[in-house]
Amino acid sequence: MRRNLTPLLLSLVVLIVGSRISPHFLDFAYLRDSATLLAEIGIIAIAMNFVISAGQIDLSVGSNMVLTACLTAKMLAAGLPPIVCFASGLVIATLLGYLNGVLITFFKAPSFLITVATLAIFRGAAKAMLGPTSVKIPADLIGIDTVTAGGLTVPLLILLMLTVMATFVLNKTVFGRWVIAVGANPRTALFSGVPVERVIRSTFLITGFCCGIASLLLLSRLGVARSDLAMGSELDIITIVVVGGTAIQGGSANVVGSLLAFFLLTLLRTAMGVASVTAEYQMTIIGILLIAVVLAKRVSFQSIVKKFKSSGPKPT
Amino acid sequence: MKPSTLALGISLLALIAVSGCGSTKTDTSTTPGATPTAGAKTKIVFIPKSAGNPYFTQVESGFKKNADQFGIDFSSQAPSSADATSQLAVIKDQAQRGEEVIVIAPNSPDALNEALDQVVAKGVIVITADSDLTGNESHRSVGVLPVDFTTIGPEQVELLGSQINYEGEIAILSATSDAPNQNAWIESMKTTLAEPKYAKMKLVEVVYGDDEPQKSTTETEALLTKHANLRGIIAPTSVGLAAAAQVLGQKEIAPGAKNAKNGGLVLTGLGTPNELRKAVKAGVVAKFQLWDPADIGTVAGYLGTQLKAKKLDLKVGTKFDVPGKGSFEIKEKQIVIAGKLVTFTKENIDQYQY
Repeated sequence: MRRNLTPLLLSLVVLIVGSRISPHFLDFAYLRDSATLLAEIGIIAIAMNFVISAGQIDLSVGSNMVLTACLTAKMLAAGLPPIVCFASGLVIATLLGYLNGVLITFFKAPSFLITVATLAIFRGAAKAMLGPTSVKIPADLIGIDTVTAGGLTVPLLILLMLTVMATFVLNKTVFGRWVIAVGANPRTALFSGVPVERVIRSTFLITGFCCGIASLLLLSRLGVARSDLAMGSELDIITIVVVGGTAIQGGSANVVGSLLAFFLLTLLRTAMGVASVTAEYQMTIIGILLIAVVLAKRVSFQSIVKKFKSSGPKPT
Repeated sequence: MKPSTLALGISLLALIAVSGCGSTKTDTSTTPGATPTAGAKTKIVFIPKSAGNPYFTQVESGFKKNADQFGIDFSSQAPSSADATSQLAVIKDQAQRGEEVIVIAPNSPDALNEALDQVVAKGVIVITADSDLTGNESHRSVGVLPVDFTTIGPEQVELLGSQINYEGEIAILSATSDAPNQNAWIESMKTTLAEPKYAKMKLVEVVYGDDEPQKSTTETEALLTKHANLRGIIAPTSVGLAAAAQVLGQKEIAPGAKNAKNGGLVLTGLGTPNELRKAVKAGVVAKFQLWDPADIGTVAGYLGTQLKAKKLDLKVGTKFDVPGKGSFEIKEKQIVIAGKLVTFTKENIDQYQY
């Protein structure tokens, strides 16, 4: 738990400060609903732990979610049975994710390059399909974000469930160990008998599947699909993963940290929003938070002292 | 605990405290009795499409100008991006703050539907301003639009015609070929040109600059090359108008300029005063038009107070007076038109800062 101290402590700080600057902040239902607004991003961030700890990156997640939402909405609007549409949505998103993995391992290309391309392709396909129009879904499928169980909304429950599952898979299974090994050093992993390329493809497949879950939640929350939803969400997702303590260069994962970072970001945004902090300040503060967390990880107090001592004048 | 973690916590604490001071308003006004008139005022928040846009600053000025007279406790809160869903959190946050009326310039005609319904269920009044939830009007109580868009075509044609003696070849420089507003205006320009008064004006071409300065410039230059006798250009888009003005300025072919022939090329259109100020002062563009966004704020603010006090019936055809602004009417789909096109010239342009 020690390594999750930073996001935990910061969340506490935000809670205290938030309650001081606005009397409307500490309201459980409000905080819960605000977190639900970002739950889709949190869900993808949890899955992104697999890709990033395997030393890869997936920038196409937001576009995947939106394209899947658009396709699913089209099917729903065409009158297909909802269960068929949802299942197809999950399959489509999973395949889109898997496609990234296949392209990366086939061309032996950097994941950054491939997923920047698919980011544009998926988003472009959604735009080509819908243009500036939107597709509405049947009214009875709207509002999963307002359904609660045990005090939490369904999207948040799914987020928690996926966190538990991802933590288990990454820490307690052979596949999880393989993912970390590939991220730490792919050559060593290969020589130790790890099916490196298959592992990489699997991480993208998992992320794709979670994009599918997120897209269905998004669709039910908004009631419409548009091609211009969730622009730039990939950056929020990567921010959550990195703030959570998963090494961006691979070789380690911290799923619980991502969950805590998700709550930290949610609390911070909500506190600033309800206090009507201007948009410009909000962006600046979130940027500073990012740098601060990275610094806190890299630079311990002792190392600064050591550096200072060693660079100081030598006693004669 | 690592000392660095502690230091980080403290510094963040300081940061948020500082940012609280930078916010557009404080929460003190919600404390009962903080100001003697607090109870009587209607708490109205305006949510623009994006932050830092002078156009919306002008809308806000319309609210502020009459806030005391109408009894408005006004604030505004922009979303962090112009993304379709970035306004969702702002809507939620502002309702949580206890705002009574939300006036919003929606970034999407339908992605906000559910969030708006949720705050309406809590008793918040929702008014759209500047643009509307077209096709989803039931998710707001009333929509305030800047001008009657059907007047734009005729007024623009008249503005150009009056400057070229209603005679000669003209062209239109538009934004993108699939922009609904632009196409509607171009259609009504064509209808207007069919009237006898404009019989000697001939529309030779419509080109599209895609609202990109570079493409708009290229398209303008192409127009000049292809149509040697061109007398006028209408650019009903800010980016296009500014780009075309630059071309005319460089080639010095505006009326009265060095290289002008057959009386010079007259350029007009729709644009913001800030973008065209230089061109107007340099004499490249004599007249152009746009609405005054402040009207939107004034009318929406007044509507907010009246709806809150339940003093206004939103039935189609209902007429109401906005003090100092004149008479307005609730039109089809609960739309209210806030103002008229303003024609900007060298003389009046400095009164408008947006």
